[in-house]
Amino acid sequence: MTAAISAPASAASPASEPYNEDVVRAFMVATMFWGIVAFSVGVLIGCQLAFPALNFGLEWTTFGRLRPVHTSAAIFAFGGNALLGTSFYVVQRTCRATLWGGRGTAWFIFWGYQFFIVIAALGYVEGVTKAREYAEPEWYTDLWLTLVWVLYLVVFLGTVLKRREPHIYVANWFYLAFIVTIAVLHIVNNLTMPVSFFGAKSYSLFAGVQDALVQWWYGHNAVGFFLTAGFLGMMYYFIPKQADRPIYSYRLSVVHFWALIFLYIWAGPHHLHYTALPDWAQTLGMVFSVMLWMPSWGGMINGLMTLSGAWYKLRTDPALRFSVTAVAFYGMSTFEGPMMSIRQVNGLSHYTNWTIGHVHSGALGWVAFISFGAVYYLVPVLWKRPGLYSTRLVAYHYWIATIGIVLYITSMWVAGITQGLMWRAYDQFGFLQYSFSESVSAMHPYYLIRALGGACFLAGALIMAYNLWRTIREPMVTRYVSAAAIARPAE
Amino acid sequence: MRFRQPVIEKNAILLLVLTLITISIGGIVEIVPLFTIETTIERVNGVRPYSPLELAGRDIYVREGCYLCHSQQIRPFRDEVERYGHYSLAAESMYDHPFQWGSERNGPDLARVGGKYSNDWHVAHLDNPRDVVPESIMPPYAFLGHRAVDLDRLADHLRALRVVGVPYTDEMIADAKADALAQIDPTADATALLKRYPGAVTGGFGGSPNGISERDALIAYLQMLGTLVKFRDIAPEDLRQ
Repeated sequence: MTAAISAPASAASPASEPYNEDVVRAFMVATMFWGIVAFSVGVLIGCQLAFPALNFGLEWTTFGRLRPVHTSAAIFAFGGNALLGTSFYVVQRTCRATLWGGRGTAWFIFWGYQFFIVIAALGYVEGVTKAREYAEPEWYTDLWLTLVWVLYLVVFLGTVLKRREPHIYVANWFYLAFIVTIAVLHIVNNLTMPVSFFGAKSYSLFAGVQDALVQWWYGHNAVGFFLTAGFLGMMYYFIPKQADRPIYSYRLSVVHFWALIFLYIWAGPHHLHYTALPDWAQTLGMVFSVMLWMPSWGGMINGLMTLSGAWYKLRTDPALRFSVTAVAFYGMSTFEGPMMSIRQVNGLSHYTNWTIGHVHSGALGWVAFISFGAVYYLVPVLWKRPGLYSTRLVAYHYWIATIGIVLYITSMWVAGITQGLMWRAYDQFGFLQYSFSESVSAMHPYYLIRALGGACFLAGALIMAYNLWRTIREPMVTRYVSAAAIARPAE
Repeated sequence: MRFRQPVIEKNAILLLVLTLITISIGGIVEIVPLFTIETTIERVNGVRPYSPLELAGRDIYVREGCYLCHSQQIRPFRDEVERYGHYSLAAESMYDHPFQWGSERNGPDLARVGGKYSNDWHVAHLDNPRDVVPESIMPPYAFLGHRAVDLDRLADHLRALRVVGVPYTDEMIADAKADALAQIDPTADATALLKRYPGAVTGGFGGSPNGISERDALIAYLQMLGTLVKFRDIAPEDLRQ
């Protein structure tokens, strides 16, 4: 059983068909493109909160319409392309099989997914939205995504089924759980009744309190399965490859996989503490959220300890630095999350910018960094280049982005706790001490710091895009010798 | 041992099925009882479906993403109850497809904003929030005042909501347009409207050069938010879930 976990050293015979790397390359380009879009819109709407004039007085550029553009671009366009691309790469290599369904199906998934992103985003700026956070696209977009996603599941599963390795590698457990759970969540949460066949508008099948729990069951597991399980799959392949070490513990990966997917699904109600959701459901959500801390840290430990004996590589490989820092941020976010899910803590943090800070320590620190690490690793491999154009630029990217994240999350911690305390403050006569608008004014300096942090993160991504562009333009190595990835296809 | 990991990880279909079972349990245990436990929605009087004009306003609220900055859910804290009013009940959003409880307060909670400000204040505030609240960071929504609500489509919206369980009657659907017109016109006879939709706020909401503006509809919606349940008639035990 350990053979599936530790890198098999035998030089296996190459697959009968070549791996489909064209579509993986396309996904990498899309990842970078949508990442820059997502970060740019994020900086813009962050600045809108500091300077409302930046709404430009136009309906298409208001905060309310652009915020879903930012969140969908970050989660589904940037994160989604990174996940689809790396999963197609990893599943072929670890199964020693080319993608099931042939090249046409793979390209249909690629273009179908980009089409989903574009029609969703165009809808948002036009005001077409279901007003469900992270599930804003309207019914026709949802139907299209369902088609693309089910096909993605079929191709992934088909590739696993025709594998020429006895075991399914741990990264594929996570990718598979991510794909199938997202399908379930997407279909249930988006059950709606269109007003007409030719119109965009639809009404949710559920109402009020039931609708709220269905939505946050979806919403938190978009975090749990899209932004966690999927990226853990990425971690389980790319960190061992970058560090050239086997996974620290097979047993830990088994335990934390099953515990993570079982517990995550219960955590949704912690988004609804002290609301009209019945207490029993809130309590269940809280208890399971706190328990979730353990399998989350199981994953963190497994990722970090994989570097045992290879820590020195952090000095010379800044791309590995991204991956490892990502796991550290993952550990921090998955401690902060359970803490915020405790009802009394949530009483202070809910509705404030603390939540925004928490989300971004996960999204920027974990999701984006682990993706950057994977993309930096993959681009020279996929384009058959001797290495990255510049490791120094990777180091610049790393530090600028890290400083950006620190500015972002610390400013939002202070902002959120300030808001929470101002709303509940009483003066010596027993009156509410602050009006709501005073709490809005108090946010201004933190919004500026946050915007600066976001701009740093965007600048880092632009450096990355330049570096990758130059890497691709470097002369191709005809005979690929440096990396073990090609020589040992069964990994 | 059929369910040992060395077996599971050699069988993709088994892995898939066991994953599906594992991820289904939590959702089923938490969500299904919300539909079956009768006390989930408190039995209080007064909550009714939205009038056609209010519904058009709510659709605009949804369209503009207001929920991204404004919650509609007052928590049972001393400070929230003093700032916003009685804590929110599940019953108060029982006809909300979708719910709009929100997750952020970049702006104040709106669950009970109805009746707190005049119609004129809302007109000025939507056109340029900083004219009335200098600290506001809300975008201006002046364009809503220039756009007309499509009155002929209102009945379709009521009909779609009836499919998902909102108790709109045939009469309500047939008279949707007339009800919207009656609600907007301060001189109109609103008897039939108020019989169907008790507590609907009628009268001028600023108007528009070409019929009922989107701003009128939005204000009609905002002005009824949180006003339907009369809390002085309710005993605490009625609210137990």
